[in-house]
Amino acid sequence: MRHGGLAPLVFLLPMVLVFGLFSWGPIVQSVVMSVQRTNMVTGAEFVGLDNFAQVLADPLLWTAVRNTLWFAVLALVFGYPIPLVVAVLINEVRRRRGLFSALAYLPVVVPPVVAVLLWKFFFDAGPNGVFNTLLGAVGIGPLRWLQDADTAMPSLVLEATWAAAGSTVIIYLAALAAVPPELYEAAEIDGASIRRKVWHVTLPNLRGVLLVTFILQIIGTAQVFLEPFLFTGGGPANATTTVLLLIYDYAFADSLGGDYGAATALSLMLAAVLAVFSALYFRLTRSWSTS
Amino acid sequence: MSGRGLLSPAEWASKPLRRGVRVVHGLLLALLLVVGLGPMLWLAKAAVTPTRDTLRQPLAIFPNGIDLANLATAWTRVDIDRHFLNTVLLALGCWLVQLLVATTAGYALAVLRPRYGRLVTGVVLATLFVPSIVLLVPLYLTVVRTSMINTFWAVWLPAGANAFAIVLVQRFFANLPREVFEAARVDGAGPYRLFWSVVLPMSRPIIGVVSVLAVVASWKDFLWPLLVLPDPAAQPLSVRLPALQRYVELDVFLAALAISTVIPVVIFLVFQRLFLRGGALEGAVKG
Repeated sequence: MRHGGLAPLVFLLPMVLVFGLFSWGPIVQSVVMSVQRTNMVTGAEFVGLDNFAQVLADPLLWTAVRNTLWFAVLALVFGYPIPLVVAVLINEVRRRRGLFSALAYLPVVVPPVVAVLLWKFFFDAGPNGVFNTLLGAVGIGPLRWLQDADTAMPSLVLEATWAAAGSTVIIYLAALAAVPPELYEAAEIDGASIRRKVWHVTLPNLRGVLLVTFILQIIGTAQVFLEPFLFTGGGPANATTTVLLLIYDYAFADSLGGDYGAATALSLMLAAVLAVFSALYFRLTRSWSTS
Repeated sequence: MSGRGLLSPAEWASKPLRRGVRVVHGLLLALLLVVGLGPMLWLAKAAVTPTRDTLRQPLAIFPNGIDLANLATAWTRVDIDRHFLNTVLLALGCWLVQLLVATTAGYALAVLRPRYGRLVTGVVLATLFVPSIVLLVPLYLTVVRTSMINTFWAVWLPAGANAFAIVLVQRFFANLPREVFEAARVDGAGPYRLFWSVVLPMSRPIIGVVSVLAVVASWKDFLWPLLVLPDPAAQPLSVRLPALQRYVELDVFLAALAISTVIPVVIFLVFQRLFLRGGALEGAVKG
């Protein structure tokens, strides 16, 4: 049954209003604003690509890009293999598997702001800090954690990994449950060891999911905000200023009125880079992901 | 749960291997307890421990007794009660708006199916691929222009623009048996009755999913309420906590953190299944 007429319009109305005002409108507006100089007092003025040029000439941008890449790389090194290993191990648990996955998921339940503030206390640089007490018990430290330019970023990644790993574990567990047992049986008939079964059956069957979680993690880490904002505010010495933090600073750090043109220009550039990267990624891995 | 996983029955039958697996699982359980539950237990402990003890021996368990007054102080003197109420109201409003938008749009697109439905679906789906950061500044200026700053509408209404919720509902509606709709129509039900008396009652599961996702997302939200609710009296817990840290004593602050975690944990325990079976998708899509 296909309705023309009024009813579909009535039912679409809330969505059209909300999306028009709070999604489609702002998306278009952000493109417009990126080529304008706007402040809330005088009218907007067309400035062409000046905003983009201004952002690209900002030395802080390259610091922010470097930091964001560093965050992404560290997050991959820490965060990508851990959920996979945990999920593969949990999948072999025969009793109380639910307890294992619930425990793994628990950090995701903690509100992100609470998690960051709690970890900020754990990261206390004094010898009586929680982590320093733990490290002290095995004769290491005390580390300066968030207060040292070298350890600040790894500290943020540590918390971010802790906070996010649980949801990835759940995704992998769902994928593992879908691996057909016959494949394992076939491998066993060929005399495959456990290690070879992991390598030749488990991992190939997770390939599609692994490819997706990889790109989602890249997209997520490229937009990291909460951790640098609440842990360090970008410090020490801009060692944790990320691209999103820079966008925020352009737009909102100055209470007298922000540089909205620069902020939208940079956010559009970030979105474009991510879009191009994802498109390339899916093109390059297409042949590889269909199993 | 399928009958077997990676390990074959033959491998399970081997004693040394079984023992090895058991050791690995024991270690894993210990690790998950420390890493997953540990910080929460520590927070619960610190919430009722005097500041001095938490600072000097953060890992000792109640070296000088319990201080339950922290929780009461946080609740009343630091106005956590007000921010808690704000958080609840924000979550309720986001939930209502999202549910209204998602069910009506899902119904129009999946059941009524107007000719332009595909186009509309496409435009909704396209927003999934736009990172939310692109919206931030223009959305903020929209809220300023419409003088919604410091009102809950500034949080409630944009929450409705959630394409993922619409997709979830639309898919569910599209899989409902169409014979039921035809039967209802033959019985004289118009599109509005069909929506209210047939489709919605049949859709409790997906409404539950969307509701839980909406409430949890709203409880977690930080940056947006920070921007549009500069008045401390209107702020939810997530926005207020970082500010509190600067002028509240540590034990009371940790008690406030603990209070903020209770509702999400309760929601998790009640809806465990939803979270542990694919609810994780929620974080994956809207980054």
